[in-house]
Amino acid sequence: MNYVVEVCNLGMKYHSLNGEIDALKNINFSVSEGEFISIVGPSGCGKSTLLSLIAGLIVPTSGEVFVEGKPVTETSEKVGYMLQKDHLFEWRTIYQNVILGPEIRRTLTADTKEYALKLLDTYGLLEFKDKYPSQLSGGMRQRAALIRTLVARPEILLLDEAFSALDYQTRLAVTEDIYSIIKKENKTAILVTHDISEGISMADRVIVLTKRPATIKKIHEISLSCEKRTPMCSREAAEFREYFNKIWKELDVYV
Amino acid sequence: MSNKNSPNISPQHAEYLRKVKRRKRTILVTQITLLALFFALWEIAARIGVVDPFISSQPSRIIDTISNLYSDGNLFNHIAITCVETILGFVLGTLIGILVAIILWCSEFLEKVMEPYLVVLNSLPKIALGPIFIVWIGAGSLAIVVIAMTISVVVTILEVLNGFLGVDNDKIKLVKTFGANRIQILTKVVLPASLPIMVNALKVSVGLSWVGVVVGEFLVSKAGLGYLIVYGGQVFQLDLVMASVIILSVAAFLMYKMVALIEKLVVKRN
Repeated sequence: MNYVVEVCNLGMKYHSLNGEIDALKNINFSVSEGEFISIVGPSGCGKSTLLSLIAGLIVPTSGEVFVEGKPVTETSEKVGYMLQKDHLFEWRTIYQNVILGPEIRRTLTADTKEYALKLLDTYGLLEFKDKYPSQLSGGMRQRAALIRTLVARPEILLLDEAFSALDYQTRLAVTEDIYSIIKKENKTAILVTHDISEGISMADRVIVLTKRPATIKKIHEISLSCEKRTPMCSREAAEFREYFNKIWKELDVYV
Repeated sequence: MSNKNSPNISPQHAEYLRKVKRRKRTILVTQITLLALFFALWEIAARIGVVDPFISSQPSRIIDTISNLYSDGNLFNHIAITCVETILGFVLGTLIGILVAIILWCSEFLEKVMEPYLVVLNSLPKIALGPIFIVWIGAGSLAIVVIAMTISVVVTILEVLNGFLGVDNDKIKLVKTFGANRIQILTKVVLPASLPIMVNALKVSVGLSWVGVVVGEFLVSKAGLGYLIVYGGQVFQLDLVMASVIILSVAAFLMYKMVALIEKLVVKRN
């Protein structure tokens, strides 16, 4: 099989003076090319840790992650990471923001610049390229953040609660927007979220994690009977509720 | 965007704008009146003998003193010396402070080691070091600049370092996902994000530098407005003391305004 991401027996422990925290234990899954995976789990269960490990930002205590067959030891341009907020730099214009990745990797060629402009053009931000982030709406900022990630030409996108800083309506619209861009650019994506509906609406598969130390509780193949698989339409599908209820029970939330 | 000068603003909005403008003007007029009143009362009180002008001086004698200093050709000399010392003091203090803050940011170990020393230095009245600098460096402008710099440098280090450490961790994480090294994190994120704090530190330094320079001139007693004040006090010429204090206030005010203007230009975007 042709897996883009393989996670093998991954475990992570944090150390502090108060003791040892088991964040992840025995995580195994793989992601095929073009697949969209959602990871849901109780808050504080180590979802973000999992993404940081795949991105190579931190080193696992045990196990390994492979990206395109190669073990992850450091960050690579193959993996793009999107954070909760857009984190566009206020002191840079939109154009300067989206070329940040290649600029840091020192791969900023005429070709890359052209690609950045092309992406800005395709996704309707070209006329804003010399504007500063504060002059853009929340949705546009999120789009600019995605373009900043795409300019580095990653194969895999990691979305870390990427929409949760937005208000609900903007969030629905941005989810729709970002999803269509990811599909159009044919990227593999892993979304971490605590929002079950959001997780189901975008994903081909939903991975449910347990409380800390997080292990995989269940992996759901999502097949919805709707004509067009967009997050909005997915929410309309008959099976949506069933998936939601199943996952809700598995998350075992007590107040 | 609706322009203030565009003809198609509603009468209500025009009224509102007029109100804001009028209020601004009233405040300015009151401020000037208050100042004029203060000087007028001072002059009258001295003339009718309510206060003794020998001890309290009086505005007309202050003006005479300033014009005498001017005709001696010494006025601008003293002003320039004090201003240059102050500028050197706060610019050097800020630059060195930022540099040290960068070094401490780069090494967490060093930061932890230096912490108690910085706390002690911060609580120590730096003026106490004045005589030491004068002995080491010699009684002159250089010693004065060093005193002024010492006062502003410690505050700058603490302020700026705090700013560096307060930069959003997710912003740093973002550039790390692009493979940024420590220096790139500094130049691409930490420094630009802390620019407003650095300019603010500059503003604080200006005030502190004035203190350092005037005290330094008290100690060195060769030239400058601080020297004129201490000299005037010693020979009981309150006219000279008051004149110098007034010039000092104006110079300090202008310098503060200039730095505030720089801040406005730099921070506009942030």
